[in-house]
This record gives sequence, C-alpha cells and structure tokens, in this order.
Amino acid sequence: MTDLTAGSQSVAQIRDNYTALTQRKRVYGGILLILFVSLMVAGFRTADARNAGSFVDGWHRVLDYPNEVLSEAWEKVAELPAHLVTFFPALIETLNIAAASTLIGTVAGTFLSLLATRGMAPWPVMIPLFRRISDICRAIPEIVIALVLIFILGGGPVPAMIAIAIHTAGALGKLFSEVNENASLKPVEGLESVGATWGQKMYLGVIPQVGPNYVSYALLRFEINIRASAILGFVGAGGIGYELRNAMSWGQGRYDEAAAIFILLFLTIVIVDQLSGILRDRLTHGTEKGATA
Amino acid sequence: MLRIDKLTKRFGDNVAVDTATLDVDKPCMIGIIGRSGAGKSTLLRMINRLSDASEGRILFKDRDVTNLTGKAKRAWQADCAMIFQQFNLVPRMDVVSNVLHGTLNHRAAFATMFNLFPMADIHRAIDILDRLGIAEHAPKRAEALSGGQQQRVAIARALMQDPKIILADEPIASLDPMNAQTVMEALRRIHEEDGRTVIANLHTLDTARRYCDRVVGMRDGRIVFDGLPEQLTTGVAREIYGADATFSEAATSTEIETLDATIRAERMEAKAHV
Repeated sequence: MTDLTAGSQSVAQIRDNYTALTQRKRVYGGILLILFVSLMVAGFRTADARNAGSFVDGWHRVLDYPNEVLSEAWEKVAELPAHLVTFFPALIETLNIAAASTLIGTVAGTFLSLLATRGMAPWPVMIPLFRRISDICRAIPEIVIALVLIFILGGGPVPAMIAIAIHTAGALGKLFSEVNENASLKPVEGLESVGATWGQKMYLGVIPQVGPNYVSYALLRFEINIRASAILGFVGAGGIGYELRNAMSWGQGRYDEAAAIFILLFLTIVIVDQLSGILRDRLTHGTEKGATA
Repeated sequence: MLRIDKLTKRFGDNVAVDTATLDVDKPCMIGIIGRSGAGKSTLLRMINRLSDASEGRILFKDRDVTNLTGKAKRAWQADCAMIFQQFNLVPRMDVVSNVLHGTLNHRAAFATMFNLFPMADIHRAIDILDRLGIAEHAPKRAEALSGGQQQRVAIARALMQDPKIILADEPIASLDPMNAQTVMEALRRIHEEDGRTVIANLHTLDTARRYCDRVVGMRDGRIVFDGLPEQLTTGVAREIYGADATFSEAATSTEIETLDATIRAERMEAKAHV
C-alpha cells in the first residue's frame, strides 16, 4: 500500500492509538468475562447448597411426573377425544378472558405510552407520573390483583380479565413508549402546523408510524395472556385453568383429563402463534415490493 | 475473465434482467448506465450472489459461480466486493471494525463476534483508510462520519477483502457533487493502481464518461449499449434513457465542472442572441 496523503507521518500515531484502544477494550472484555463466569459458578453453588435436595441428585427425576401423566393418559387414550370436547367450552372462556384483557390493556397501554413519551406527551411535567403508573401496573403480579378482586367481586372470569388487563396495560405501555421514541416527530410537527389537536396529532401522525409494531407487541401479549388466564384459573377465576387444577392436583386417575387439557392449550398456543406470525409478516412486509433495480 | 451469459432474473411476471450477456476479458473500469428500474442493481446483485439468477450463467475465470452454495458461495462473495448506495456499514461500530469486516470470510465466527482480529489486519485496515485519506477517523463510530466519508469506509471494507472484482451499486447517488468526485476518483485510483476490475452502476452519463473505460447501457432489463465512452453520443443516450429531444446531458449532471460549462454555454448563447 502506498501512502498518498500528505499527513502520512501521523499514520503510525493513528495505529498506535487504535492499537492501545483495542488492547484496552480487550482487557476490559476479558475482566468482565472472568467476573461473569465466576459469579455464575458461585451463584449456582449457593443456590444448589440452599436447595432441599441437590441438583446433581435430582435432575434425572425431572421426567418422572410427565412420564406418569403420559402413561396414565395412554392407558385411557380412547377417552381423549371425549375429554377434548368436554373441556373445549372452558378453553373458549380462557381465550375470551385473554382477548378481552389484551384489548383493554392495549388501549390503556397506548394512552399510557403516548402520555409518557417525550415530545408527544401533552403535559411533559406529568411524564414521570405516567411512567410510574405503568411501572406499578407491571410490578404487581396479576395473580395478586386477581386474588384481591376475587375476594371483592367473587370468583369468575371478570376479576381475571381485569387483573390481566392491568398487567398488560403496564407492560405494553412500556413497550409502546419505546416504539414511540423511535417514531419520527416530523409528521407530528406537520400536523401541528395546520392546527391539529393533540388527539388528531397522535391518531393521524404517530399511530400510522407505530401501528405495525403495536400490533406485533399486542399479539405477543395475547399469547402470553392466554397462558396467564389459564394460570389464574388455578385460583378460581374460571376457564381451563380451573379444570386443569382439578385434573392435576387430585391425581386420582384423572391424568387423562390433564393430558387432554395440555393438548388443548398447546394447540391453542401453536395456532395463535402461527396466526400472529402470518399477520405480523403481512404488516411488516406487506408494502414491500419484490423488484428493485 | 468475467463472463455473463444470457443472465435473466424474474420477479413473478416482471423480468428485471433479460438475457444479459457481458464479457470482460481484462481488468477495466465499467460503468453501467440506465434509468432506475432498468435492472442495473439486480445485475450487480446477481454477480455478487446477493440474489439468485433465474436463468443464465456467471463465469469467473471459466468457473461457474451461478449456482455456488454455502462455503463456496461465501468465498466467491469475498472475492467479489460490493459497494452500496447507502454504504451499508454497521453504524454503531467504529470505522476500523467496519473495515475489518472485509476479512470475515477468512476468520472464525467466534473470534469475530468478540471483535478479535489479528493486529496485522488492524494495521492493514488503517493503511487502507490512510490511502483513502480518512485514517484520522479510524476510532470514530461509522455513523458519526459524513456520507462521502462513510462511502470511503465502505470502499476500504471492499479493499480489505482483497477482491478480484469490485461492484459498486450507485456509489455516489446519495452524495453531494464534491464527495461524489472524491469517491469516484478513489474507485478510479483503485482500478489504476491495483489493476482491479471495477463495475459501477451510475446514474449520470458524464460520470460514466469521465471515469470509465467502457460503458454499458441498460434499458428495461436488456443491455442495449456496450462500447467506449466516446461512442456514447447524445442520440445513444436518449435511446438508453428512453428520452426525447429535450434530454440534455448537462441537465442530469452532478459534476462540478459541468456547472461552469453549462453556464458558459448559456452565456455564449445569450451573447449570440445579442
């Protein structure tokens, strides 16, 4: 390589500086790696010591319970289709809880996120307040909210729905506001210049930009909420979780029912995942044309 | 050396490149011109194997590279550097790291993920940057550089590959005239000093005429002109661009020199009227 520029004597300097920079980075990286590995090893040892049994002695028994469930279900495989039909209404209830809570949570999360994003919030002073609100919604486990609400409102799907909606609003509020931060404010400024209200600016200037991302996150949340509403059934919120608890915990020859419920849940998650995958794909790549030249 | 034989690319019903045939027998600098949508980018992308050809063959030194897969394909891509209109650098990484990406094909994946490159490579990268006149920006993030500087980083990455061919897809289309000139001069110098073949898609005629030994014109996916820059008359250009008599070369120019020429010509005209 020939040196063609006049300032070629500084190349040696640039080299040295960059070499020093690289070496410093490598040393830091190495130290961090050593620290990380030693912390992991130490942490694992502590956790293992505090366990009732040892991980080393116990890990091979992990499959014992699924084995029992499967072998019992296999013996009564003929009854499985009937069980699937029996529990289908409960599955629909669970799905309804998930869908309604996702819808309410998405709307609430949208407002929370718009109110908590710099440059978009109508009252910038209140941004920390709305941030904390969404933190709180996210921080309280939905099972706690559900238990309190069941105590007040009695058992059933409504407390579960409210509990999941609150958690969803907090989680999506956070995710949406991150999406908002990446949206361009230029269209918003354009709409402001024609005298639009805050609602008009947000709905017409921001939502079209962030819409596909919102939908994508909301669909992901829907998948999570199906599982959450199934779990809430354990504490008496109805749906397929309630049936699953009965089938699982009594354990007196009802493992075939548990297996049927697991199959239903698994199929639902797969179907929802596939559907949302297709939808997301269409949203993100729908406008793209194949040919470029 | 490089032979393209009846290369065709279809996107559904659209034919982006239609039986293109091109023969490059010795290292030279080729400019491909044509209006947008003529298939210029698709042609270069097929040569680099970023997209697959529908029909036809690409031969390099009598070796068919059209249907290479896996390791052999990546090795060909390392030999055939590509420069993009939007630079396609990793914006958050420093300039030298971006240049070092040119060696990825020869390095173990694990080491490169921790940014561990041999010191000799780092020094070579800085030398290449110095050759392109941007060595002082070595430790900066790529996104902190101007467009013209970023494009030179991209050229440095291409040089780091030590390629047999350099493909440049509209390398100056998003640059201002001054930066465009620097970048084109860099490409020309690489061709002259290293004897590497450079194939560049260009969107202005005068750039092609000024820097290239050979000009290829494409229209609607077909190669409609292949010859010396001198043979590229206004009539031929109108045919390539599908333009009518109002088309003039100066009107599409981004060269600084042309500006003076145009003004001078206009003044002459004005004087003639007086």
